[in-house]
Amino acid sequence: MKTNRITECSNWVLARFPLSKLWNEHMAHYYAPKNFNFWYFFGSLALLVLVNQFVTGILLTMNYKPDAKLAFDSVEYIMRDVNWGWLVRYMHSTGASAFFIVVYLHMFRGLIYGSYKQPRELIWIFGMLLFLALMAEAFMGYLLPWGQMSYWGAQVIISLFSAIPFVGDDLSLWIRGDYVVSDATLNRFFAFHVIAVPLVLVMLVFLHIVALHEVGSNNPDGIEIKKTKDANGIPLDGIPFHPYYTVKDLVGVGVFLIFFATIIFYLPEVGGFFLESDNFIPADPLRTPEHIAPLWYFTPFYAILRAIPDKFAGVIAMFGSIAVLFILPWLDRSPIKSVRYRGGIFKKALFVLVVSFVALGYLGTQPVTPTGTIFSRIFTLGYFGFFLLMPIYSRWEKAKPLPTRLTEQPTIEDHIPALKEVFDEMTVLKPVTNPDDMKSFYGSTVLRRRPNPKGILRVVSRVAKKIKASLD
Amino acid sequence: MNTEGVDESKRQFLTSALTVVGAVGTGYLAVPFLAQMQPSVKAMAAGAPVEVDLSKMEPGQLIRVAWRGKPVWILNRTKAVLETLKTLEDQLSDPHSRDSIQPTTSKNSLRAIKPEIFVAVGLCTHFGCSPTFRPEIAPNDLGAEWKGGFFCPCHGSRFDLAGRVYRGVPAPTNLEIPPHHYVKDTLLVIGETTEGKAA
Repeated sequence: MKTNRITECSNWVLARFPLSKLWNEHMAHYYAPKNFNFWYFFGSLALLVLVNQFVTGILLTMNYKPDAKLAFDSVEYIMRDVNWGWLVRYMHSTGASAFFIVVYLHMFRGLIYGSYKQPRELIWIFGMLLFLALMAEAFMGYLLPWGQMSYWGAQVIISLFSAIPFVGDDLSLWIRGDYVVSDATLNRFFAFHVIAVPLVLVMLVFLHIVALHEVGSNNPDGIEIKKTKDANGIPLDGIPFHPYYTVKDLVGVGVFLIFFATIIFYLPEVGGFFLESDNFIPADPLRTPEHIAPLWYFTPFYAILRAIPDKFAGVIAMFGSIAVLFILPWLDRSPIKSVRYRGGIFKKALFVLVVSFVALGYLGTQPVTPTGTIFSRIFTLGYFGFFLLMPIYSRWEKAKPLPTRLTEQPTIEDHIPALKEVFDEMTVLKPVTNPDDMKSFYGSTVLRRRPNPKGILRVVSRVAKKIKASLD
Repeated sequence: MNTEGVDESKRQFLTSALTVVGAVGTGYLAVPFLAQMQPSVKAMAAGAPVEVDLSKMEPGQLIRVAWRGKPVWILNRTKAVLETLKTLEDQLSDPHSRDSIQPTTSKNSLRAIKPEIFVAVGLCTHFGCSPTFRPEIAPNDLGAEWKGGFFCPCHGSRFDLAGRVYRGVPAPTNLEIPPHHYVKDTLLVIGETTEGKAA
């Protein structure tokens, strides 16, 4: 009988490999809090983008040549002559930016719901190491097209290491393998980009998930679901990851792919944000482009580097801005995890952090100006203030009482009627007066929806009041 | 693990000894692995001197040549420029080039063997971008104080036309001056200080 054969085969495997045990432990009997909101999509999306980068990356290496004389042309060859080469390349370059968008949102989720706190400190640390490896991966990948931005970006970043006292010059020479960024540099960056760093990334993802599944996921209420269990030892507020969250994540994947495909097919360069225009000029070691800036995902840190007028201090500040994230679990002294129940001072500090980070990101894309430098300094203070003053202000916090069980929040569908009302308030229906516009049937009046300035003002002031109230 | 009748201290000694030997072996293996990333013999040999003919240079002109893969500038400075350079000292961070890199033949206030010919490595001492050549006086984007010089677009460092860095900018030292000398009045060699003596 056929079914028996299949059962026999699966039994043969199960006797030799703990397939069903692994499946149950990590999917079917892995209990996740039932109140995950959209912020919880970004972990699985990061995994999806990682797979995208692996597949498209392998395809790119089939036609790419890591040689200073051939690299630029081989990328153009991929774009023009290789079948579907443009698609693979754009999927890879857009994937790099998408990776950072997803990872920044994933990190922000951890920040607002306190996912870095006891007992999840190690998950956070592995995550930060992943972020660091991802930055190295992106930086080295950006050299490979061997355009002007690739070349001078690498020149600047490698020179950062030369600012270290005593060993700096030898260190940057060792990284480059030559006195300037050259063929030797390109070749080794290729090796790191396609073998070394991806291996590290995969190992860290493994550690990140193992650590997560050991302690279980945090949730938007920031309370531990393992504290209230039923008679079988299953958390009352937990639901099995499969099928509930596998299916939910698929919806997230669908939405993500809509955005991803839109960018790949309609604006793969995103006006110089995902692919910079100067990188379509072959690398010229004798001439720096008029304005060089890293890709958008590095600009906040780049702005911090530029804000400091001293070479070594600037490098320290830039690396410090990432190092400070590693010690976040120990900077926060508040026992409350979720921002829903934390005091106003934390919310205000978080607001300052978000504004500073976005503003630094913008300033990092702009050329150096005296006013820009002053603003960069202010926002650098804002960024570091959030972290370094945290041990002080997180003690003063007046937290709200924590619930004992997960709470239910209105869903997106629940918000739709209210959104419709807001839309009606902001617009007004007016009959069309211009006869040329009259495309009406006999005698009927055509109504057009027009913005209603008074209504818009009312809505904006209401939203502003709401935001202000939510910061208390 | 069976510990009956075992000399614990001997076992501990053997474990430690093996660990040490293993660590030393790993250390020795790390040397070639790390050293192979150093510049290769070929890369080190590529620093051959470059000859430049200056006979066709016009006053105020800047030419770029590649030496060891780096951009090297040769600038023909006019009398007016040389006069301006003398007035800048109090705005500079290292006017006498005490902390900067240059051959002794160029360690003077104009940083050149011949006052009118200025030779420098065209890489900012901050993070290695190549500054732009901005000889004009007081252009809109650089402000009324600008007396002509080199401006680094990456991080806003400013240098005068002798490659000396202004105060309050991120670059720590003056532009590097490569070893160079004149074979004839109009024939410059970059990469060695005197005939046949490589840097």
